[in-house]
Amino acid sequence: MIFLIFKRILLGLITLFIVSLITFAGVEVLPGDACTTYLEREAYGAALEACYQRLGLNVPAYERYLSWAYGVIQGDFGYSLSGEMKINDVLGPRVKNSMVLASASILIGIPIALLLGIITALWRDKFPDIVISTITIFSMTIPEFISATLLILIVAIWLEWLPGIVIVPTGASISELLPNIILPVIAISMIMTAHMARMVRSSVIQVMSSDYVQMAILKGVPYWKMVFKHVLPNALLPAINVVALTIAWLLGGVVVTEVVFNYPGLGRLVIESISNRDLPVVQALAIILASIYVGINLLADLMTLMLNPRLKSLQIKK
Amino acid sequence: MENAVQQINNLSIGFTSKKGEQISILKNITTNIKKGETVGIVGESGSGKSTLALAMMGYVKQGLYTISGECLFHSNDLLRMKDKDLEDIRGRKIAMIPQNAGQSLTPNLKIGYQIDEALKLHTDLKIQDRNKKISELLNKVRLPSPEIMAQRYPHELSGGQQQRVAVAMALAGNPELLLLDEPTTGLDVTTQAHVLELLNFIAKDTGTSMVYVSHDLGAIAQVSDRVIVMYSGQIVLDGPVRRILKNPIHPYTSGLLKSIPKLTLPGLPKSMSGSQPQPGTITKGCSFYDRCELAEMNCSNNSPELEYVKNLNTSVRCFKHKELHEKIDKDENLVTSIENTILDKEMLGLSKVSISYAKKKFIDQLLNKESDDNPTVKDINLNISKGETLALVGESGSGKSTILKSIAGLLKAKEGNIKYENNKILPNELKLRDPNSLRAIQLIFQNPDESLNPNHTVEQIVSQPLKLYFGLQGEKLKDEIIKVLKKVRLGEFYLTRYPRQLSGGEKQRVAVARAFAAKPDVILCDEVTSALDVSVQAAVLNLLQELKKDFGTTYIFVSHDLAVVRAISDRVAVLYQGRLCEIGPSKNVYNFPSHPYTEVLLGAVLEPDPDIKPKLVAEDIVEEKPPEKGCSFQGRCPRKVGEICNSEVPPWQIGENGNAIRCHINIDELRNLQK
Amino acid sequence: MELQVEKPKSNLFKIYEIISTMASRPSGLIGLTILLFHVVLAVTSPLYAPHDFKAIDPSLMLLPPSSEYWFGTDSLGRDVFTRTILGGRTALTVTFFGSIIALLWGGALGIFCGLVGGRIDDVVMRIIDAFLSIPWILAMLLIVSLLGTSTIVLIPALGFFYGKGIVRVARAATHDVIAKDFIVSARARGHGNLSIIWNEILPNVRDAIMVEGAMRWSWMLLGFSSLSFLGFGVSPPTPDWGLMISNARGLMSFAYWAVLAPIVGLSSLIIGINLTADAFAKALGIDRSTKAPV
Repeated sequence: MIFLIFKRILLGLITLFIVSLITFAGVEVLPGDACTTYLEREAYGAALEACYQRLGLNVPAYERYLSWAYGVIQGDFGYSLSGEMKINDVLGPRVKNSMVLASASILIGIPIALLLGIITALWRDKFPDIVISTITIFSMTIPEFISATLLILIVAIWLEWLPGIVIVPTGASISELLPNIILPVIAISMIMTAHMARMVRSSVIQVMSSDYVQMAILKGVPYWKMVFKHVLPNALLPAINVVALTIAWLLGGVVVTEVVFNYPGLGRLVIESISNRDLPVVQALAIILASIYVGINLLADLMTLMLNPRLKSLQIKK
Repeated sequence: MENAVQQINNLSIGFTSKKGEQISILKNITTNIKKGETVGIVGESGSGKSTLALAMMGYVKQGLYTISGECLFHSNDLLRMKDKDLEDIRGRKIAMIPQNAGQSLTPNLKIGYQIDEALKLHTDLKIQDRNKKISELLNKVRLPSPEIMAQRYPHELSGGQQQRVAVAMALAGNPELLLLDEPTTGLDVTTQAHVLELLNFIAKDTGTSMVYVSHDLGAIAQVSDRVIVMYSGQIVLDGPVRRILKNPIHPYTSGLLKSIPKLTLPGLPKSMSGSQPQPGTITKGCSFYDRCELAEMNCSNNSPELEYVKNLNTSVRCFKHKELHEKIDKDENLVTSIENTILDKEMLGLSKVSISYAKKKFIDQLLNKESDDNPTVKDINLNISKGETLALVGESGSGKSTILKSIAGLLKAKEGNIKYENNKILPNELKLRDPNSLRAIQLIFQNPDESLNPNHTVEQIVSQPLKLYFGLQGEKLKDEIIKVLKKVRLGEFYLTRYPRQLSGGEKQRVAVARAFAAKPDVILCDEVTSALDVSVQAAVLNLLQELKKDFGTTYIFVSHDLAVVRAISDRVAVLYQGRLCEIGPSKNVYNFPSHPYTEVLLGAVLEPDPDIKPKLVAEDIVEEKPPEKGCSFQGRCPRKVGEICNSEVPPWQIGENGNAIRCHINIDELRNLQK
Repeated sequence: MELQVEKPKSNLFKIYEIISTMASRPSGLIGLTILLFHVVLAVTSPLYAPHDFKAIDPSLMLLPPSSEYWFGTDSLGRDVFTRTILGGRTALTVTFFGSIIALLWGGALGIFCGLVGGRIDDVVMRIIDAFLSIPWILAMLLIVSLLGTSTIVLIPALGFFYGKGIVRVARAATHDVIAKDFIVSARARGHGNLSIIWNEILPNVRDAIMVEGAMRWSWMLLGFSSLSFLGFGVSPPTPDWGLMISNARGLMSFAYWAVLAPIVGLSSLIIGINLTADAFAKALGIDRSTKAPV
């Protein structure tokens, strides 16, 4: 058991290591380098030299990787090109804002998805299932920027219920943010909730047709007791991992939605840093987002390990 | 009927096909279950026996529905009852013991909880009493240390233990009627005998009525008072157990009984032609018409009714049952004994072969440590002569299939070598073997559903070895394919069919054809008849024997079914936990078993005869790993002599009959002990 | 037993059979119809587009729908109807060929890894995992901003990026198959790896890979239009739905038609592809709903 946990953590770290290599290598193979790109026409002579010096580009690539990686491990991403600011200072508040948005979407999305998934599975092919399943198909296919745009058009412009654009400074506190995130959260959680609901549905249906559920019925276990004791624990366990993958996928949607709502999170930063070719920031973003992905999946793995009686008993035997 | 627990009247259950036709799975079933009676329902896969058992609990699987009839439990129709009322009957009045207890116990709930759930629902006991009752029930089904058992999860128990838990759970509500759906299928021979013995005990002890559903006439014979035979959704025969199994008056039942290999009657049994029709394909006439030897015009046009024959106390669905009744005892030549020409030339030789499944563990890899000094299969010496059939028998985990795989080169032997024809050593890795020795050794697998590529036609399947070994193409290839198919009795029109369009027996014939297309010297048969229905099994065995006669092929035949092995093998090797126990000519091993394990194994065989009872010699403990030293059978041996069995590997001894055994007890003494 | 003897079917007939099975469900029929409509529109729209898609006329700015300009005009006075019917051409072409590339390389690598196993498989899967952990939007933006937005770049880039998920599916499907006895049988006969892949594995994993490819198509379209929306896709003045939505969004409160028309176009195409892919999966008997959208 402890060995298994250790192994999962190790695999996660290896993945992150490869991500860092990929992003670093991706930047290396570019035509030109960060300084020529950034300085554009002024990329000659003393200015260029100074830039090289500042970014440490005049040493071999592997040395640069090592010193950069060393910094990252200590939580220091170096300096951005544009603002000459420390990347940590640029990213800090934005990461927090994006996390507020993502967590709110997850916290709202998961319970709804569970509920819808279970309802559609238990009333399979009946009226509630047909209605909900049709809605989920629509909401899982429509891109976030479209649902966000439509939400603004309908709720903010036509109905005038809520503001369409988030106008808060980057450093705003959570309590200042919360009233502003209703529409973004709806837009983000739509796709994720629909996907999860579908997964929960088919997982529950699968368990409902298992031999042990048939046995529980034949034992005379009342319907709802059977659902809660025999079906759901077994159906939701394998769903945890799949849900984790969906959450990680949602991060991409967060970026787009933030742009639509002008939300002061990572979204705009991603666009800006890529437009400006501010590669140190892009690298930092890649590592941070990948860590979140790896972290969530690790958490899901560990949760499955903890909850699965098969693996629990491994612990007893050892 | 006065004392009937359950009364089924004219019950039909079916489904609606994609084309909108109504297709019956059960057709006009009428029967009853009396108080205290054990009724065996026997039939092959697709006969509707499980559907009938579930209907007896008022349960109809999704997609199926009741077409007509009723299923009365104390004159209440279960099939038209509200779910709420059914909940009170299920588990309390009628309980079910499922086929696969491993999959029928909820994986996330402890054994104790699952039994307690049944007690809470169906008794008024308080919590302390319930805990006591759980221990009592687990004790009753003879599970060791009940208190610890109750704290376990289902996956922590062996197959036999899970089945016992299912029995305990069913007994929790003290039911009037117990339904058992193939409760011992999938269990090892010895475990199966023990579970059946337990069920018999419970039937006597509690006086419950039981319905025992199975395809296995051997198991049915051991438990039933009355037997119902089902064919194609209908009851074809219903009567007292001895009447049905000794003098069946329905041609299907008599054919079925004849096609089962028996220990008491060595030799290849007569086979039945064809296979059971798919639901919905028979529209008029008797459903057994196609396969019946007695059939006449009348049978193809009119379908017979179930008729009660008073003097025999039996109901039968056949126009010609009287003829059958008179004819029955005159039937001779029930089996043909095999006569193989065995040449004095060694075809295959295994010397000191050991095989290990264990992969190096991560930690061992780090520490660079050898992790496995206790291989799955150890120290196997076997010599097989040309034209011989050698059988490997043993229960699950005996390593019999593992040995086959290593002969085929699919598993690398850790030690020892395999010699082929005149002492040519076969490389233990597949890619190092030359094409000719690859061709010479062919495999036939257990389940043709898995061993035939579902996306290939029969033509493509059989063409593989022909193209690979002989480079055949075009017309020549096609001619050869047709020739090979003819040998396994499949006509040319099978060429374009896919495996899913064939019956189980036909699929296995295609697999046999594919193996013979390579013109092999040795064929390795891995449980080739286990996935087939009884009536089809004999046909495949007969086919294999005929082909052997024609080509002089050598067989190594792996099976857990001792009666099948008896029928087809010249010599037999008995394995336990990957170690050889006994080897010798089949006749001698079966007639004079010497090794204690052979004794246990043969004692547990179930014959389709209620008067031959299995002997239960040893405990049915399940061992996960072979012991590290000493005799492999030390854990279960009823004749264990002492410390020497635990510490020293027993030596080989050869008895006067030509049996060789590995035991610390003198072979003659063993013979005397067993008398 | 009476067996219905099936005649050997030509591939064309099999395709016909699959399509008719798909169309037998209402959702499949709707999906196929929408998809067909979009394909026909994309091929033929230049023939009957009523106006010039790039003609800028400040005097016609933000006109509401009329008989001349069915869907009104945008902020530069261009005809929204013309731009809408032309707006799916690039998206459809790029993502269609992109998904074919994704399917080919993802399928090939997946089958290879599944069959070979061992160290090579471990290493490849680690790398695939690493790529999966970089959010798609970031990776796509990076690729596009570095290599440009020409079709020649976009097709292989999208194909590569969306193919990594197919690797996993193909690998899992291969794993399911290679445990089966018919593969063991082929191995024991001495067939080489290539022959086993071609004859035994491919026919059995083909369906799963194709279904996955069809699903990728709709996600790729989502990704592609998101890029356009963010200004990293098709360059103006080429009409593209994502770009049109992005441009018209700011003036949504005055001219909702300029944003609604491309929204309807894009949404219907994605839904059409999705429903078709779903029906395709069902027609082939594959359940996809337990898989995460990675």
